[in-house]
Amino acid sequence: MTDSTATTDGTAVIRLTAAETAAKIASGELTAVEVTEAHLARIEAVDEKVHAFLHVDREGALAQARAVDAKRAAGEKLGPLAGVPLALKDIFTTEGVPTTVGSKILEGWLPPYDATVTKRLKDAGVVILGKTNMDEFAMGSSTENSAYGPTGNPWDLTRIPGGSGGGSSAAIASFQAPLAIGTDTGGSIRQPAAVTGTVGVKPTYGGVSRYGMVAFSSSLDQGGPCARTVLDAALLHEVMAGHDPLDSTSVDAPVPPVVEAARNGSVTGMRIGIVKQFRGDGYQAGVLQRFDEAVEVLRGLGAEVVEVDCPSFDLALSAYYLIAPSECSSNLARFDAMRYGLRVGDDGTHSAEDVTALSREAGFGDEVKRRIMLGTYALSSGYYDAYYGSAQKVRTLITRDFEAAFGQVDVLISPTTPTTAFPIGERADDPMAMYLADLCTIPANLAGNAAMSLPCGLAPEDGLPVGLQIIAPAMKDDRLYQVGAAVEAAFVEKWGHQLIEEAPSL
Amino acid sequence: MTVIDLLSYEDALASYDPVMGLEVHVELGTRTKMFCGCSTELGAPANSQTCPTCLGLPGALPVVNAIGVESAIRIGLALNCEIAEWCRFARKNYFYPDMPKNFQTSQYDEPIAFNGYLDVQLEDGETFRVEIERAHMEEDTGKSTHIGGATGRIHGASHSLLDYNRAGIPLIEIVTKPIEGAGERAPEVARAYVAELRELIKALGVSEARMEMGQMRCDVNLSLRPHGREKFGTRSETKNVNSLRSVERAARFEIQRHAAVLSSGGTILQETRHFHEEDGSTTSGRIKEEAEDYRYFPEPDLVPVAPSREWVEEIRASLPELPRVRRNRLREEWGVSEHDMQSILNAGAIDPIVATIDAGAPADQARKWWMGELARNANETGRALDELPITPAQVARVTELVAAGDLNDKLARQVIEAVLAGEGDPDTVVDKRGLKVVSDDGALGAAVDEAIAGNAGVVEKIKGGKTAAVGALVGAVMKATRGQADAGRARELILEKLGVEA
Repeated sequence: MTDSTATTDGTAVIRLTAAETAAKIASGELTAVEVTEAHLARIEAVDEKVHAFLHVDREGALAQARAVDAKRAAGEKLGPLAGVPLALKDIFTTEGVPTTVGSKILEGWLPPYDATVTKRLKDAGVVILGKTNMDEFAMGSSTENSAYGPTGNPWDLTRIPGGSGGGSSAAIASFQAPLAIGTDTGGSIRQPAAVTGTVGVKPTYGGVSRYGMVAFSSSLDQGGPCARTVLDAALLHEVMAGHDPLDSTSVDAPVPPVVEAARNGSVTGMRIGIVKQFRGDGYQAGVLQRFDEAVEVLRGLGAEVVEVDCPSFDLALSAYYLIAPSECSSNLARFDAMRYGLRVGDDGTHSAEDVTALSREAGFGDEVKRRIMLGTYALSSGYYDAYYGSAQKVRTLITRDFEAAFGQVDVLISPTTPTTAFPIGERADDPMAMYLADLCTIPANLAGNAAMSLPCGLAPEDGLPVGLQIIAPAMKDDRLYQVGAAVEAAFVEKWGHQLIEEAPSL
Repeated sequence: MTVIDLLSYEDALASYDPVMGLEVHVELGTRTKMFCGCSTELGAPANSQTCPTCLGLPGALPVVNAIGVESAIRIGLALNCEIAEWCRFARKNYFYPDMPKNFQTSQYDEPIAFNGYLDVQLEDGETFRVEIERAHMEEDTGKSTHIGGATGRIHGASHSLLDYNRAGIPLIEIVTKPIEGAGERAPEVARAYVAELRELIKALGVSEARMEMGQMRCDVNLSLRPHGREKFGTRSETKNVNSLRSVERAARFEIQRHAAVLSSGGTILQETRHFHEEDGSTTSGRIKEEAEDYRYFPEPDLVPVAPSREWVEEIRASLPELPRVRRNRLREEWGVSEHDMQSILNAGAIDPIVATIDAGAPADQARKWWMGELARNANETGRALDELPITPAQVARVTELVAAGDLNDKLARQVIEAVLAGEGDPDTVVDKRGLKVVSDDGALGAAVDEAIAGNAGVVEKIKGGKTAAVGALVGAVMKATRGQADAGRARELILEKLGVEA
């Protein structure tokens, strides 16, 4: 440990869970400023190596911390996460604070408004330390597609931290923040959580407002919590979720009781389904081994575990790579250099059309261009029915598979990702290999279900974290936490600590 | 400008049958924009009525304006359309600097209203049914002002200014089915359709539909086919034809132009055309070799619109009397011809006349003022009748003063002019200017005596039996009283004093 700030019981502040940190701030054992300074010091010490952050908002974070301390001093009641630091994925707008989405095209842009998630965090007294690295426009599974350079996996800095939210997962896995926020379009919260030994949740589509979340694929994107424990994720989930009149697709219903579920983990008498399709060629032996052990843990806890057939899941990846690029080709059309962001060629010799073309050429990376072209093609007249139209039909079939499955079981489980973290550069030139990292996570996005990844051990062959995915029906997010908390408790009992404690201290 | 060959209208119609399609955009008069809470007020400083959503900032999302949906349903019902039980918005993708998102949120294959018709009445009273394909909801773009080029065109401009105040203002696009069988009356049908639609929109209270302010814009699509052929010819699309007269002229011009091209063995290019108000011509715009590919797909940021049948019926029950029905009722009540009624409609005088009658004026008087003096003034000053600074109540008051004998026709006209000039209401003007008919015999008697004394020759003629000559003396009385005398009474007095029987 490079940071020595300790609490009265000797635990370094940065190693506390969010729940513990909030309790100590509420009791006066720690101030929010002390907590924030400890994390800013940790960032200073290790982030040069990890590169989790694109922007650290030191002043903003300390101001927010001081406000929380003042509130406490004034005797006001603090929220459950007041004063707890958080790393925000650089896809949420933050008023006056850079928001790049990992792209050169938005370099230097200072949004004039806060995303709904940003606003809710601020209102809850959460301290936003800064903005985290990501694959450009959330397109990728390794964070190598960031225009600002890759992020290292704290377990092995030569490996990827997952993506697109690799900055958020690396920040919490390296104790630079106890909480982070990600977005999950095809697995961008869960896959990074799996490969960094942390917890990540994709809430039900519509559970968390997308207002102010820069769109990649509108019908799939969903913001969600990243944490080191199931309870911490639930606490953050509760703060960020809930109906937002500014997002038409936001669900107008109470937030599922996730915190209560996380405090009452149990699988006794539950029926749990193993997705038959997520196994076989391409799955690392150690990943399957740890997954099978998790199944035994669930059985041991009193769950009935059965195999469930979801035949349409085999088509999910193909459908995803038509729907997501199609929507992205339209969503990213607004980056035309006319109103904000990068502007190239505005020297009096180029037409507006030229300036747009030059700016897009310089501002977008290869993967973004690839998807814009794919999507433009898939939506073209004469191809629409064969591509976008067919993909939408597959989406319906996948939704039906889920409905049939949830007729038999309470939740579904699978490995989160077929392999552990791969070395940086290994799949950079092979998009198909990269896309396979999201094989198991994509169906939940297509159907809009809630899903979680939590650690289930280290793969014996490489000593890297393996993730267990739990999928619940829409608006039954609480089931993820109920099952997740039970599994987590069983593993902690077995290992004697959280898995993340085994990560190198950097 | 290149000279465009035209065939005479008669020759064109002798060989060809015109087919038209009319697309009308109506800006709704909602208080806020279609997908955000920004004001739609006109005339505000550039870009002062914008927010992250209508500027298309990264992360911003749309929310549908419920009043916009209700207005669309009102229009659909008034056009005898079916109202969709479930429909979606769609994205129409294309790049243009004044389009904040580079896609327009519109509707594609699931319009809110479809399959309707509008019966329009031509000048001679004949009714023509125009079938409606669809009416759908969409948003307006921002506005570009090109600086440094000729006549505001982008060509040759040094730079362009963008105002996004208009971006996101709700629009309803109303598209007709192909209008066939109008023959030589096609231009007249086009004009009558747009006029009728404008009346309808205004009656529904969903927009002021002022064409001169761009609140209603029309595209005229036109093609010709030889008589007897079923297949449509290639069409031209004349964009932004923004007055009733222009709609008629554009259709007429295109019929003559197409006919000239076709009869000389040429082919019509599928293209957009610009209309020129100055001479009623059109010139080539953008050539559309193949249909533009807008890559429509359902808008994922909005949930489907599913108006309940109860709500639709509630809206139907609240529709006002439709303009054509109302017009026919008024025509009968007022006892005027189809032709006169058409003139009244074209002058935009129906509502002012009705309001004046409601304020107590006799129907013929109300019509006389609005279609006479006031129409003339509106014409001269380039204003619409309802923009004149006179209220129907004030017009009614003038007719009341005339009926009471306090004003004669000439004085009444002076009063109207003074009201228009901002001198106050009719009673104030009458008081201030002393404009009252002089009919009491005392004041009038003096003027009469003066006239008799000063015109001995005329008096002789009258006494000699030429009673018609009394007009000269009445004229003298009127002159002396600056027009304020009651001419009839003056005549009576003169004859009385001269002892001549009328």
